[in-house]
Amino acid sequence: MCTVCGCGSDEVSVEGHTHEHDHGHGHSHDHGPEHHHAHDHDHHSHGEGGDIHYGTGPARAHVPGLSQSRMVEIEQNILGKNDEYANANRRFFAERGVLVLNLVSSPGSGKTTLLTRTITDLRDDFDVAVIEGDQQTTNDAERIRETGVPALQINTGKGCHLDAHMVGHALEKLDPTPGGILFIENVGNLVCPAAFDLGEAHKVAILSVTEGEDKPLKYPDMFHAADLMLLNKIDLLPYLDFDVEQCIEYARRVNPRIQVLQVSATSGEGMDRWYQWIGMSRQMRLLEHPELLAGAGANA
Amino acid sequence: MHEMSLCEGVLQVLETEAGKQGFSKVKRVILDIGVLSGVEIPAFEFAFEVVMRGTLAENAVLEINELPAQAWCLMCAESVTVNARYDACPKCGSYQLQISSGDEMRIKELEVD
Repeated sequence: MCTVCGCGSDEVSVEGHTHEHDHGHGHSHDHGPEHHHAHDHDHHSHGEGGDIHYGTGPARAHVPGLSQSRMVEIEQNILGKNDEYANANRRFFAERGVLVLNLVSSPGSGKTTLLTRTITDLRDDFDVAVIEGDQQTTNDAERIRETGVPALQINTGKGCHLDAHMVGHALEKLDPTPGGILFIENVGNLVCPAAFDLGEAHKVAILSVTEGEDKPLKYPDMFHAADLMLLNKIDLLPYLDFDVEQCIEYARRVNPRIQVLQVSATSGEGMDRWYQWIGMSRQMRLLEHPELLAGAGANA
Repeated sequence: MHEMSLCEGVLQVLETEAGKQGFSKVKRVILDIGVLSGVEIPAFEFAFEVVMRGTLAENAVLEINELPAQAWCLMCAESVTVNARYDACPKCGSYQLQISSGDEMRIKELEVD
């Protein structure tokens, strides 16, 4: 059977049914050597007062009255639209030398606490801005604004993740300072945000030791997409039965490249290494913008 | 995961292509979905029907080609097939695998009027 129009070559004759489908994209389909549309069959006639009979072929394409069917090959990514917006965001960030980190985690991992502590410790050295994603409420953006840095809340409503289009709109309002750092706190969800590129430089996955050490295996897509994993709440380790080595081993199984830092946003333990990581990522970002590196945070 | 959003993504592509390629009805949508893409196919099929209702692809038939995942095993120095990101190499048991395909999420072909 011809896979392009659905006609059966040996049971349907197609007189006056030319096989020059208008594919609209200049691709020619190969019928294979045994499949010649020599239009000289005689048991199926078109036009010239004769009956038009489609009944003997498979019904998929040749439904009576819908004979204009054609196949178009498009080969497009389903998330192509999101990726276009993400690339536009990425270009904007590159031109301005803004380091963008997309923070992802399950709800309750201590993401907002980690972020407020980070901002409090870094705001004197860098221009920081925050985009907060949650299904509802502006509580988190308010918590961030209390630290004195600009923050914008995006409520996704029914949505389970931020997408690049939402972030693009947030940028119109937030307008991050060139050479600064933009944190995007994604919706607490270890599944969906993995697939949606926002144009960030890195995804940072936050996992707290009050969760299971096998989370990287349970939610592999997220840990695969992240460049850095922050293992948070390590001040609680003495009270828990959490195997740190095993957890790191699982994370590396799904992503051999992932870096892991152990931190506590409450006690401050390990946070200096996280700040080093941010500072170095920012320096990488600013290699193209030496004039911005000379500004605030030059010695970070 | 977010099969509803993905279907909305498909619909956006269909609407854009309809303008570009001059068709007004989509009768069949053929997708390539890799096993590592995170797409739950039954959920996708359900969402597809709901999202396409009242659009140019109402009642369109959905066909999904499930693609296997390939990974390069650094130990064996060859390409192997895996089913999940945390799988070990089926030959040597190593986790030193570089996944090379399997996260596809692509609209391959359409049958249109």
